[in-house]
This record gives sequence, C-alpha cells and structure tokens, in this order.
Amino acid sequence: MAITPPQFLLHHDGDNVAVAMTDLQPGTLQGRSVKEGTESTAVLNHAIPLGHKFALADLAEGDSIIKYGIKVGLASAAIKKGDYIHTHNMRSYRWEASRA
Amino acid sequence: MGSKPRLMGYRRENGTMGIRNHVIILPLDDLSNAAAEAVAKVIPGTLALPHAFGRLQFGEDLQLTFDTLIGTGVNANVAAVVVIGIEPKWTQRVADGIAKTGKPVAAFSIEGKGDLQVIQEASRTAAMFLQDASGLVREETEMGDMIMSIKCGESDTTSGLGSCPTTSEAVDRWVEAGGTVFFGETSELTGGEHLIAERCIDAATRDLFQLTYDNYIKVIESTGANLLGSQPTQGNIAGGLTTIEEKALGNIAKTGSVPVIGVLKPAQAPDPKKKGLYFMDSSSAAAECVTLMAAGGAVIHLFPTGQGNVIGNPIIPVLKLTANIKTAKSMTEHMDLDVSGLLRYEYDLTKAGDMMMDVIYKTVNGRLCTAEVMGHREFTFTKLYISA
Repeated sequence: MAITPPQFLLHHDGDNVAVAMTDLQPGTLQGRSVKEGTESTAVLNHAIPLGHKFALADLAEGDSIIKYGIKVGLASAAIKKGDYIHTHNMRSYRWEASRA
Repeated sequence: MGSKPRLMGYRRENGTMGIRNHVIILPLDDLSNAAAEAVAKVIPGTLALPHAFGRLQFGEDLQLTFDTLIGTGVNANVAAVVVIGIEPKWTQRVADGIAKTGKPVAAFSIEGKGDLQVIQEASRTAAMFLQDASGLVREETEMGDMIMSIKCGESDTTSGLGSCPTTSEAVDRWVEAGGTVFFGETSELTGGEHLIAERCIDAATRDLFQLTYDNYIKVIESTGANLLGSQPTQGNIAGGLTTIEEKALGNIAKTGSVPVIGVLKPAQAPDPKKKGLYFMDSSSAAAECVTLMAAGGAVIHLFPTGQGNVIGNPIIPVLKLTANIKTAKSMTEHMDLDVSGLLRYEYDLTKAGDMMMDVIYKTVNGRLCTAEVMGHREFTFTKLYISA
C-alpha cells in the first residue's frame, strides 16, 4: 500500500482543480486522483499552502470549476493552468452575492 | 485494532441505551442559570447546563426550546434531571416531558422562594439522584441500541479528502450493524443537495427533504447577504475552501453510502423501531447542531475537522478527527484521531475506518474523549426568530 506521499490530490479524474498536500513552491509536482488512483504531474505557478487549490486547466471567466466530478463554482477571472485558485478568482454559482 | 470489544452501556427505564451517566441540573431559562450552577457546586458530580434563552419565546421558537430542553433530559446519557425555572408552569412542563421516560426528575421554581431556598431544596434532591445514579451498572449492548450523530466543523479541503470519508466508513458500519445515525447542516448541502435527495429511500422522504432544504435556504437567500466568511467561514477560507458548493461536497462525503430513511425536525427523536440514517434539519453552527442532535437522542458524536474545531457537548462525547497534519500536530489536546496518514497513502480508508471504530468502542465503554477531558460543554440553543 505504501507509496510516495503525493504532493497534490484531485478527487476524480477530470477535475480541473487539485489540492496541495503540503505547503508547495512553484514547480513540477507529483500527484494522484483519489477515486481512480491515476498518477499525474502538474506545474504550479505560485507558492500555495497545504489544502489550497490550483488549476489543472486554463479557465476563462465564467467557466465551471469541477471538483469531486461536480461543479463547485465559477471562475470569476481568467485562470491559467497552474495558477492558485481561491476567492480572488473563484466564486459560488448558487449564492451570487457571496463573492470577495 | 479492528476487533470489536464487548460494548457496555447504561440501559434506561424506557429501554434506550446510554454511554454516560450524567445527573444534570437543567435551567429552564437564563434567569435560573445561577441557581442551577450553585446546585452543581454544592453537589459535585452533577452537571449544570446553563444557556441563554427560555423567556418570552413563543410559537414554533418556544416549542423548539421545550423540545431541546426535554430532549436533553430524555437523552440516554442522562440518569436523572433536576429542572429549575423562574416560574412553576413551564418548569413543570419540561419536567413532565422528561418524566415520561420513567427516569428520576424533579422540578423547582424560584418565584416566591428565592435562589437560596431553591438551591437548598434542589441540592437535597440532586444528592439523592447522584448517589442512585452512581449505583447503576453498565450492561452489554450493541451499536443497534444506540444513536450516533455526525457534523463537521472548521472544515478545510482535507476534510473532504480524509476526515469525512473516514467518518463515512463509521456511518456505514454503524448502520449496517443495526444502528441509527443523524446528519444535518441544512445550508451546508448547497450544491450537493441533489446527492442527498437521490439517496432518500422513497418519494415521501425525498419530498420532505427537498421541502425542508428549500425552506431553510429561502430564509438565507432572502437576506441577499454576502455569506463569504459566514458560510464558508473565515476558517474554511483560510483552509482553502472557496465556495459553499465546495464545502458542501466535503460535508456530504461523511454521510456514508446507506439510504436516508427519514427527515427529522430540529431536536426530534426518530421512531425507535426504524433504524438507519436520518437527516435532521439544523444549523451548520457546531454547538447548535450537536445540541439539537443530542436532544434528538444521539449518545455519541463524530466531528471531522480540518482547521481544528474544539467543540464538545455537556452530555454526549464529541470525537474529533482530522486529516490535516498541521492541525493534528498543533492541537493534539483537542483531537481524538489523526487520519492524516490517509492523504500520505500510509494506509487505506478501510484501515482509517478501523482506527475510527476503535476510538468509538473505547469511548462507548467509558474512555473520555478530548472534549470531555478539556471541559468543552457547549450547550447552545437554536433560535428561530425574535422573542416577544
């Protein structure tokens, strides 16, 4: 069972965001998907803390952000693959008043 | 680890099974907190449950306060209850609601007597209740005899990846063993409420769930408020969660895979003959939610956390687990289980579930959880609207 601890996890293959498993510096990272167990690499553009998210694809403003294989928000600005994603560039699609 | 020990609990007069043996001093209202706390000082070993409400409430809001007070007294972790209120009528109403279970209960009211006389009279009764409760002996029990509740808090992205899936394992095992589980946090299903609707066992349950969810969300959305910082909380945001939908999917990840067999009002007890997973309409605020679930009959609670919530409850053990390595290391005195190894792939979810069950079994049999050790006894009422 023991494998090298992944630097990032995504819930499902096809999610367009991943979660940092330690405090991460920019560069090439090793990760995997929890559901399917698919190993992958990704390039991170910014330093981000444990638990924070980065993009696995280029996103235009208004694009869906997918996690758990489900839409969990919208890009509120253009996001490049590898960019940090949080309240500055992502918002709820259900509660439109809830934005930074 | 993994092998199940004999589980031992306290069988109450009405057949319910508790895992703690509290004698509580229950104030009906805020004005009676001082007398209740004085009784608990005179008779150490009893437990006062001060709270902020109980005066000039009306309608559905008053009913919820009664249900919360009576449900707390009725809870199987409670051996006996002393109720103290300012006026006799509502005090007696709560005592009568608790007395239906057959458990020892006594009511005292302050008007016309004053705190000192009430403290003296109530202390004599509390002393007798405590001595009698101390003589009760645990007997063998099973998960099917008990209600567990779940609610997460100060969640972060590690919650949906580790501590919530671990809780989910425990939920499935508890229900498969014939037990009952409550989950709730109505607003915190937003974006994933369809996943819960799909798991409802029949159309009537699904319709009631959807109506309950819609009514709660209508209140929130009608304010037009920006909820960033409230739901998700500042702690959630600091932990990397950005939207309610993202938080909700992590929340739902703890609810197991079994069907949802019923929808409960806040503090409502389920039909004891129908065992399984219930949704309870409730706030997502930790202490409010756990207080309501304990009033509905839960005797043990699982609380996955990410950034590190410290909550406890006066009458039920609240077991906290985290998959965030920073929280596990920095807040050890508040954590009952560290499952951060799951995210490092040191073990799988089945093993994490075994670790969780091991902590549950020990807690059932009397080992104190961290919240009990740390004296966390949050007893917080849900208020539906203004008082008169």
